[in-house]
Amino acid sequence: MDLWVIVENLPRFASGAWLTVQLTALSVLIGLVCAVPVALARLSHNPLLSWPAYGYMFYFRGTPLLVQIFLIYYGSGQFVSELRSIGLWQFFREPYFCAVLTLTLNTAAYTAEILRGAIQAVPFGEVEAGRAFAMSRTLILRRIILPKAFRLALPAYTNEVIFLFQATSLVSIITIMDLTGVGRVIIAETFRTFEVWIFVGLCYLAMSYGILYLFKRLEYRLSGHLREGPAAAAAPVQEALAVR
Amino acid sequence: MLDFHGYGWVFWEGAQITLLVGLSAVPLALALGLLGAWGKLSGNALARSVAGAYTTIVRGVPELVLILLVYYGITILLQHLLSLATGGQVLVDIDPFTAGTLTLGVIYGAFTTEVFRGAFLALDRGQIEAAYAAGMSRTLAFRRIMLPQVWRFAIPGLGNVWLVLIKATALMSVVQLPELMRMTDVAARAVRMPFTFYFGASVIYLLITIMSLQALHRAEAWANRGIRRA
Repeated sequence: MDLWVIVENLPRFASGAWLTVQLTALSVLIGLVCAVPVALARLSHNPLLSWPAYGYMFYFRGTPLLVQIFLIYYGSGQFVSELRSIGLWQFFREPYFCAVLTLTLNTAAYTAEILRGAIQAVPFGEVEAGRAFAMSRTLILRRIILPKAFRLALPAYTNEVIFLFQATSLVSIITIMDLTGVGRVIIAETFRTFEVWIFVGLCYLAMSYGILYLFKRLEYRLSGHLREGPAAAAAPVQEALAVR
Repeated sequence: MLDFHGYGWVFWEGAQITLLVGLSAVPLALALGLLGAWGKLSGNALARSVAGAYTTIVRGVPELVLILLVYYGITILLQHLLSLATGGQVLVDIDPFTAGTLTLGVIYGAFTTEVFRGAFLALDRGQIEAAYAAGMSRTLAFRRIMLPQVWRFAIPGLGNVWLVLIKATALMSVVQLPELMRMTDVAARAVRMPFTFYFGASVIYLLITIMSLQALHRAEAWANRGIRRA
């Protein structure tokens, strides 16, 4: 074991970790915004809305993320002239853009599936109560269904965010210098395979638990009206990191 | 529209390796999962902490990092140990298939541990007590009462793990295992039609997913065969 290689390269690891956090945050936020309409379309009674949403979710949940990354990053190279003519080629030749695009599309599909389940789990009595107050459908959606569904979805969504965070390591394959990418380069320079990968693994582990902690706090805050007294504690941090 | 320029065979060859490496990892993952669940539920503090550390570490670190660590790490470790033992230079070369199978088995063993843990906890306590009361030993009660029933609770979760596992085999392309992704990659570069080939590969993965879902449906029906439904 030679820990000097870690100490010497700490600034590079830190910049890689920062890029990993950035990629995760960006894809999670955009993915969540996209997932809401997709989940609603999936639950729509109109087949013109529900079938495309179903197809999109099935495709992105049924194929490996690596294939999706290659399809968008390398695959776009097959349509250079078309993309150039509509002015999009400058985006698709950037690995960073392709990485965020793929991660967003991927997480939006998984998040839409989680939201679909949560929306269906909203007790019908609450919707009925909204109707009894003569709320319109959009108002019921905004004030009753979506807030309730988000609370119900939060535990499963926490897992999805942690999975996406770990999945960002795949973007190192398309030359992005995230935490894994930095690790690869340092190994190529120093041949310290063990030390670097163990350190990188520990960084991911620590950051996973950091995300978990943030979401547990969010869950605690959002469930204030369900707690009996101020003394009741949040759910234990165990039970986390379940299977997607 | 779909012209693979004589490279269509890469899908067939690749899909075979993908399925083979995925299926080979399953027995190891199941064995580790049962062992891990036993550890997590056992009264032995050491077994509990070993199983806890195993699942925490494996599930907290990205698969890609684990694959690179295990694949290159184990090779170097073995090389080092054997060189020390023999006093000379020993070159170790694990073939990607073995390494891939072992790595996937170890990673997904941690996920099956959680599935089995939940499934064993879902078993009816009264039946296990009844088995002990009838004079069955612990192993006999495990074999006759617990194991046949645990599948009923475990199969949906195990099915999820399988679906994630088969997609994770694509990561084995980074260690040059000639599975679907790697073969497609080679063909896509040779013909310079990356979109066509990667899209073709994604369709194969979708087909594998669809077939797996159907098989899982049947397995669930089989595991629930003795259960009365309302």
